[in-house]
Amino acid sequence: MDFTLSEERRMLLETTDRYIRDRYPIETRQANVQREEGFNRDTWKELADLGLVGALLPPEAGGFGGAGEDLAVVFEALARGAVVEPFLASGVLGAWPLARAGGHTSVLEQVIAGEALIAFAHGEPQGRYGPSYVAATAASNGEGGWSWTINGRKTVVLNGDTADWLIVSARVSGHTDEEEGLSLFLVPAGMAERRGYDSVEGGRAAEVILSDVRLPAENLLGESGAAYPLIEETLARGALALSAEALGLMEVCKDMTLEYLKTRKQFGRPLGAFQALQHRMVDMALEIEQARSSVMLAAGRLEGERIERERTVSAAKHLAGRVGRLVAEEAIQLHGGVAMTWEYALAHFAKRLVMIDHLLGDEDHHLQRFMAFSRMQEASS
Amino acid sequence: MDMNYTPEEQAFRDDVRAWLAAELPNPLAAKVKGGKRLHREDYLTWHALLRSRGWLAQHWPVEQGGAGWTPIEKHLFEEECVAAGAPRVIPFGLNMLGPVLIAFGSDTHKAHYLPRILSDEDWWAQGYSEPGAGSDLASLRTSAVRDGDHYIVNGQKTWTTLGHFANKLFCLCRTDPNAAKPQEGISFLLIDMDSPGVEVRPIITLDGEHEVNEVWLTDVRVPADNLVGEENKGWTYAKYLLTYERTGIAGVGYSKNALGHLKRVAAAQSHNGAPLSQDPLFAARMAKLEIDLLAMEMFNLRVVAAAGEGKAPGPESSLLKIKGTQVRQETTHLLRRALGPYAMPFLPEQFDEGWNGEPVGPDDAGPIATQYFNMRKVSIYGGSNEIQRNIVSKHMLGL
Ligand SMILES: Cc1cc2nc3c(=O)[nH]c(=O)nc-3n(C[C@H](O)[C@H](O)[C@H](O)COP(=O)(O)OP(=O)(O)OC[C@H]3O[C@@H](n4cnc5c(N)ncnc54)[C@H](O)[C@@H]3O)c2cc1C
Repeated sequence: MDFTLSEERRMLLETTDRYIRDRYPIETRQANVQREEGFNRDTWKELADLGLVGALLPPEAGGFGGAGEDLAVVFEALARGAVVEPFLASGVLGAWPLARAGGHTSVLEQVIAGEALIAFAHGEPQGRYGPSYVAATAASNGEGGWSWTINGRKTVVLNGDTADWLIVSARVSGHTDEEEGLSLFLVPAGMAERRGYDSVEGGRAAEVILSDVRLPAENLLGESGAAYPLIEETLARGALALSAEALGLMEVCKDMTLEYLKTRKQFGRPLGAFQALQHRMVDMALEIEQARSSVMLAAGRLEGERIERERTVSAAKHLAGRVGRLVAEEAIQLHGGVAMTWEYALAHFAKRLVMIDHLLGDEDHHLQRFMAFSRMQEASS
Repeated sequence: MDMNYTPEEQAFRDDVRAWLAAELPNPLAAKVKGGKRLHREDYLTWHALLRSRGWLAQHWPVEQGGAGWTPIEKHLFEEECVAAGAPRVIPFGLNMLGPVLIAFGSDTHKAHYLPRILSDEDWWAQGYSEPGAGSDLASLRTSAVRDGDHYIVNGQKTWTTLGHFANKLFCLCRTDPNAAKPQEGISFLLIDMDSPGVEVRPIITLDGEHEVNEVWLTDVRVPADNLVGEENKGWTYAKYLLTYERTGIAGVGYSKNALGHLKRVAAAQSHNGAPLSQDPLFAARMAKLEIDLLAMEMFNLRVVAAAGEGKAPGPESSLLKIKGTQVRQETTHLLRRALGPYAMPFLPEQFDEGWNGEPVGPDDAGPIATQYFNMRKVSIYGGSNEIQRNIVSKHMLGL
């Protein structure tokens, strides 16, 4: 085993770290959040020019990375700035289905260059975190020269309000929760009705309504009715990226708390002199090491066999939720009142850390998935 | 042992319930239940209703215009109010300063201030904490220097809850910087916030709301008559205030109500085609919370009953504070979790009364995530949970 990063990834990490340190202080992050789009297009372009979107995609798709380790390195590093630019929406969830399905290379090129945005319009109002819950329909009717007509409603679509393109999942057959019968489509975002809003921790999302959206044959991605494996793979990449992001946020919360315990004095001593607090710091650090290890494992298994991939990704995302909440709550508690303020940066890192558990499946969802895939693994061995 | 309320207590509960049903305005209850922002007027409306019934000063003796309730009655009253969607009573004048004045104030103070608290002519704020003095309150540095028949006050208070609504501040100040122990040089002063030199600056909390403030005091002239009790004895009064009223500390009523809300939300969310409340993991989380709450209610009643027999609250009140805040925080955590992706949409305008836009997700999803973040405060203030543990461990280990 070798736990060191390759030379390329080390450079990627250094570049990202340097950018965050020099160009993305918390004030910039907060100013970007306040923008109408919920992020800054110029910042996004700069980050894309550094190759940070390309790093998330394999060479076949015009990128220069795309492995689990690449995702983990980039997302952990971005978390140090609580970056709100649409890496997850566009760089992972949006770009991956396109990259895998092939074709549409000019769209992908623009995405990698930070010039176009894609959002993944998959979740639906009654679906919670269910990966195959799709009630939206796609009919192949050939009407007026069109091949497909899409109808449905998608909910909490990350960066869906500003995306130029949507990847929409729709059902060609089967009942609402079935894995069979799903297709993915590339939809020009302007063809959907969209209602954008802020999300609690910064960032934007949208409700998306598709009413009789007509598409030509080439906008179907991959084979009709057989998109579930690709959806699952996309969600796994997203969950790994979020787990790595959570890890970066945990490190920031831990570092800030440690620093605070060394400097804040009460009862004539630094808070860090109180053993009750020392042990809490140690527990936090220990759990973060566990989370880090689970992210490394999932990153290494991302491109491997399905059951092992799903099991390890779910383990990582489960810990991201469980440890994430612990670290966010402990960091606030150990700071005392100051962490309750908008002005103090910690609050924003802690909020993002907590809210990651609401994206692509929470702690319980992934616990159940882990159990299900573990049973499958046992059954097949 | 009898695990039931007496017929008299039951009758009291019925009386309160009927009164609330008749008097609490529906729009106000709807605002409270919907998690909308409450304004100064909302609290004043509620106070006026309670006043008209003689129930405003719940912790004062009848002679002073109080309700004269037993601890059990206070407990029942709180539970009924929360269930009905009543706002909280603003505690600073009624539950904090009032008892201190009744115990330590001069006759002039009592005659002047108590009626003004009862009539809501004054809105008091609590000026204890400072940037450098949180858990270690006795290290406070705001100074009060005698100058003829005035004190000149300089310093900064912080975390002053609803200080932007207040016209008065009860304030701990250092009057003897050379005292042998820091606790011995502190005095309890009543400050008019309209005085020159008082400046209130908002602190926006992590949920984006304005609830706390900084209060800057620069050469504020305070009449020496506004000293409560004796000079340099303020710590005794301050501590009396902090430990005086402990029946509500567990927040049983609040948590029971919130648990009901949680069950409704979980039943309305779907998970794998069934209500989330039937998901084994989520159902187990809710059941554990309910068990904690059930036990805590009994624990609280045991302490309340002991208080009714005149026993001084011991370390149990610290234990209740810890468990009560854990249960409250767990409830808001599960509410947030229940919403799934719908915890994310943030439409702060929907916290305003009269907003009739379309929510994203379930109708009552709006404030839930922000309430979870806001609720982090309960384990920090009122003596942090770590400080409560210090109190209990000293007691247990006989230190
Ligand atoms: C929303 C809100 C409203 C408030 N309203 C008011 C108000 O109206 N008036 C007012 O005067 N104050 C108010 N407070 C202040 C509150 O009382 C203080 O926040 C509290 O006393 C903690 O102080 P601190 O925030 O400075 O934290 P610190 O005292 O700096 O503590 C930081 C951390 O260290 C821990 N710690 C400190 N000492 C020890 C020790 N000896 N052993 C182990 N752990 C320790 C604490 O528990 C905490 O976890 C409010 C606070 C909040 C958050």
